Amino acid sequence: MYKYDQYDQSIVDARVDEFRDQARRRLAGEITEDQFKPLRLKNGLYLQLHAYMLRVAIPYGTLDSRQMRKLAYIARTYDRGYGHFTTRQNIQYNWIKLEEAPDILADLATVEMHAIQTSGESIRNVSSDQYAGASADEIADPRPWAELIRQATTFHPEFSYLPRKFKIAVIASAEDRAAMRLHDIGLRLVANDAGDLGFEVYVGGGMGRTPFIAPLIRAFLPVDHLFSYCEAVLRVWNRTARRDNIHKQRVKILVHQMGAEAFAAAVEAEWQEILPNKSDVPRAEFDRIAAYFTPPAFEAGDREPDRADPDFAVWLDQNVKPHKHPGYAIVNISLKPIGGIPGDASADQIDLMADLAERHSFDELRVTHAQNIVLPHVRKADLYTIWQALVDAGLAESNLDLISDIIACPGLDYCSLANARSIPVAQKIATRFAGRQRDLGELKLKISGCINACGHHHAGHIGILGVDKKGTENYQLLLGGSGAEDASLGKITGPGFSEDGIVDAIERVTDQYIAVRQDGERFLDTYRRVGMDGFKEAIYG
Amino acid sequence: MNILTGNDLPTGDVIWWTGAGWSRHVADAVDVGTTGETTGAAEEALRRVNNPYVIEATDTADGPRPAHIKDRVRALGPTVRPDLTLKPDDAAAIAQVI
Repeated sequence: MYKYDQYDQSIVDARVDEFRDQARRRLAGEITEDQFKPLRLKNGLYLQLHAYMLRVAIPYGTLDSRQMRKLAYIARTYDRGYGHFTTRQNIQYNWIKLEEAPDILADLATVEMHAIQTSGESIRNVSSDQYAGASADEIADPRPWAELIRQATTFHPEFSYLPRKFKIAVIASAEDRAAMRLHDIGLRLVANDAGDLGFEVYVGGGMGRTPFIAPLIRAFLPVDHLFSYCEAVLRVWNRTARRDNIHKQRVKILVHQMGAEAFAAAVEAEWQEILPNKSDVPRAEFDRIAAYFTPPAFEAGDREPDRADPDFAVWLDQNVKPHKHPGYAIVNISLKPIGGIPGDASADQIDLMADLAERHSFDELRVTHAQNIVLPHVRKADLYTIWQALVDAGLAESNLDLISDIIACPGLDYCSLANARSIPVAQKIATRFAGRQRDLGELKLKISGCINACGHHHAGHIGILGVDKKGTENYQLLLGGSGAEDASLGKITGPGFSEDGIVDAIERVTDQYIAVRQDGERFLDTYRRVGMDGFKEAIYG
Repeated sequence: MNILTGNDLPTGDVIWWTGAGWSRHVADAVDVGTTGETTGAAEEALRRVNNPYVIEATDTADGPRPAHIKDRVRALGPTVRPDLTLKPDDAAAIAQVI
């Protein structure tokens, strides 16, 4: 994985010093909250429902054991013993003190981490496929390109005051595990007929109150022009977007209003203007970055694990995925224990996962947008040992992509924007379906506590949106969304439900699915075949 | 009744105006009538509170109960982590929030 050079380290260290002085000035009364707020947000520090919240960037979800242990240290030292892995492959801490925030950033900098551009109107953490570098279906590791974008856009002066936040995802396989088309720019690495690498470029996706699936605006962008083309997209948006209505300023709104074809033409024209400036990152610099992502030294041999332990066999079938190298596997560690809080991990659990990565996964971990952790390169021979350790730590739930593997935002329990609690609903659903979730098969359920959609409810096979109905929590039900390669947006079924009512409604939905599904159909397949009408009567009677 | 709340500047803790200072406990909050905004602005200028604002509450035997669930969660702590609330030993506290 990428390692900071002297330049990287110096700009992060300088940012820590700068923020330390800004925080000091705020605490001393030299600047007001109105003056300080944009400064703290540029360093990922929010003021949330109970305290300050710090969001730490985990570039494309990749980190090593040293960094993971530092996250545990921060949870233990500065927070209340846990962290929350987010739907954008980051981690956030809920109980931060302003007076200690500079020390946290200094600690993060010692392991090449920071909280820069995790908030505000900036280019956010570039996300990617959690199986990058490990999955057999990828055309190449997408992370060097993600890292190139990260470097080229960090502190980029032209993109420091954008109309709104801007999110980029890079993948390199036909299967989309990163919700790529629900980003402002989605990039899929492909090869043309000549075998040259390039990107499909999708622009204008996103969730929030106005969800869109990004349309394709360029079918093949030669890889050497990645940055200049992204620069052209950003320039067209930066120049043209509204700035008078915060809800209308994302690039998705502009693309929708202009139309994909007209937007693509504007980008193409801008790109032709930019190209003579030679702003693209030189191939030699890309090669320097890519060298950090050289595959590890995999051992020969391919011994399948002993499946004698039935619980282990279930975990193998559900949470372990094929690796590109014989003898290895990809391990998904579920942060969704039945009745637990989706995405939360204690400091001890974070340390344990760091230990497992160091011993068994070439020192690498990944955070997924579904709020789980991945050990990307595990010898099959080590799987049973790892599973036993995960069982002891309460991390061995065998529920990847099942109904209890719920994406949920922090909701009204933590977030000042939320209208309703997400976590208790997730807990009740997971508990209700724990005994029969395997029979339901792949069923991605996603919950947001407000219209901002941090819980990706638009992209859930079943989505839940918490709303405020005259001061009472109410939950809207959506069906038919997907964040995968078959991306689609869920549709609202009808009137909303109470907290307990939404759990009952989901049971009626799954009962109906079981009643009408055909051989091999996932829930989403059945929904697409029978449509909303095939479920509505079951839901509302 | 109207009560005044905000966050402690250095720690971010949720705090409530008691008439003479600030408390972590909503039970200590007093009715500020129509003076909340003035008090909040003055206290903010002295850096004794950050981001002050006035909310509606009901006067109960246990003290003020914020009218909106968001403020009740704010007053107690996360309903999904009773151990992290201000009343970790009160099994009924969370039900009272909802």
